[in-house]
Amino acid sequence: MLQDFFKKAKYITVPQSARAKSTEQNLPPDMWHICPKCSKGQLRDEYERGIKVCPHCGHHERLSAWERISITADSGSFNETDSGLHSVNPLDFDGYSEKILSLNKSTGLEDAVITGRALIEGTPLYLGVMDSHFMMASMGSVVGERLTRMFERATDDKLPVVLFCASGGARMQEGILSLMQMAKVSAAVGRHSAAGGLYIPVLTDPTTGGVTASFAMLGDIQLAEPGATIGFAGRRVIEGTISEKLPADFQTSEFQLAHGFIDAIVPRKDMRHQLGYLLKIHSRTSNNVGGVSVGK
Amino acid sequence: MENNIDVLDRREIAKHRDRPTILYYISNIFDSFFEQHGDRLYGDDPAMWGGIAEFDGLPVTVIGHIKGGKTSDNIRSNFGMAHPEGYRKALRLMRQAEKFGRPIICIVDTPGAYCGIGAEERGQGEAIARNLLEMSALKVPIISIVTGEGGSGGALGLAVADRIFMLENATYSVISPKGFASILWKDASREREAAQKMKITAYDLLSLGVIDGIIEEPAGGAHKNAKFMAAAMHAAIQSALGQLLSRSGNELVFQRYEKFRRIGVYAENGSI
Repeated sequence: MLQDFFKKAKYITVPQSARAKSTEQNLPPDMWHICPKCSKGQLRDEYERGIKVCPHCGHHERLSAWERISITADSGSFNETDSGLHSVNPLDFDGYSEKILSLNKSTGLEDAVITGRALIEGTPLYLGVMDSHFMMASMGSVVGERLTRMFERATDDKLPVVLFCASGGARMQEGILSLMQMAKVSAAVGRHSAAGGLYIPVLTDPTTGGVTASFAMLGDIQLAEPGATIGFAGRRVIEGTISEKLPADFQTSEFQLAHGFIDAIVPRKDMRHQLGYLLKIHSRTSNNVGGVSVGK
Repeated sequence: MENNIDVLDRREIAKHRDRPTILYYISNIFDSFFEQHGDRLYGDDPAMWGGIAEFDGLPVTVIGHIKGGKTSDNIRSNFGMAHPEGYRKALRLMRQAEKFGRPIICIVDTPGAYCGIGAEERGQGEAIARNLLEMSALKVPIISIVTGEGGSGGALGLAVADRIFMLENATYSVISPKGFASILWKDASREREAAQKMKITAYDLLSLGVIDGIIEEPAGGAHKNAKFMAAAMHAAIQSALGQLLSRSGNELVFQRYEKFRRIGVYAENGSI
């Protein structure tokens, strides 16, 4: 590990190069962050302050749900709703309950999504954030139920929904029940939409499988972070089916933009303000169920 | 009915080359039919059948995967694996059914939605997602029958219905047993064990509350007596329509929402 660090350090270029170069030799590795994509490094606290985007190649590292909430919602505005839901083990699948318990401890999350009421640049909304560190944010009954409740609350309260999507897909350990969550959440999105509610999914790395085939693709305005993997079938599954190699940009945010499935790719540093703008615009439309002027 | 057949043996029956397909059912359950083609956006998907038919004299819209039969036919219909244009054709015809007040009958038989470059370029995820949302709000009765393989999102895209039936040997699952074993156990050879674990038979899904009824097959499977099978499906559709036709569009939509709303198991402690 330490050897790797020094080996790579020979090739790095850092903007604040003078200081970084003079200090890198003496830094312990945990103060230094190496980008998993371009292998260049920067000081860890600068990386954290830079909201985990590589200054060299623009790689957007995956965020935890709480990190996302802290850089998206107005400070102190987030009020969690519908916590206290816990996965059970409907197929009696060996190791599933233990895995959930261990992830509860290591991530501090109850399951793969957090939902709540919040403000973004002053506009009230429901905000959902999926966390890929929890079983790759796969969707089982808890994720499906919590998202459904969020859309139902938003419909009742006449508020918009912003949902940061990330998922490997349906949670296979819960069998058919996980598949049915796709229909359940999509129906709730439908009700919210029919009532005039604004819904903005933000697709982050990775958004795939059953989540792509349900609520992630059902927004009024579809946003994505740069370079995220977004697709229905897994890359390896497709390569296996067609026995040929796929282009490098296949199933990226940029690929989805080019094929007409998202409205815009928004860099992380601009996301909060972009959302604030879109929420504000919709709070001024004529029927006014999208935002602040009718919301409680 | 027999409930002691091994799951993989049921799947063998459900995938038997002589098993009746939608092309048999369309001419043996309905009095007449008119096939329709195309999604009006990209093309026509040979994996997805759609059209108008008469059921005991009542106009209905019928939609379903085309899977099985002779190898050459099966290749032409891509083994029942639809592309996005197949799901969009289905949606077009469902909206049309709603416009003209026709009930919708879906015949589900697919290993899954197709996984390929074109399918991704044209938005397989978006196409299925749109069907889930729109089907949840259509103001006409929807009856779905899983006749063979109910393969994941590709099946669900035709199965957000008021009444969901499965033929006795059909399966309905989030992933194939082989996929389950290979992903969760890194060992595809444990397919049989996975099939038993996953709760994918008609009996399992009835007890989980995911489906509403099982349509009994002739001994040995539907292909042993296709006429009997078509008659049993006819009876199930007739009975379901008897219950659903008197309901208003709003009642149907409300009850369909509640039906899916209830699905899922979790523990809840007392916060908020």
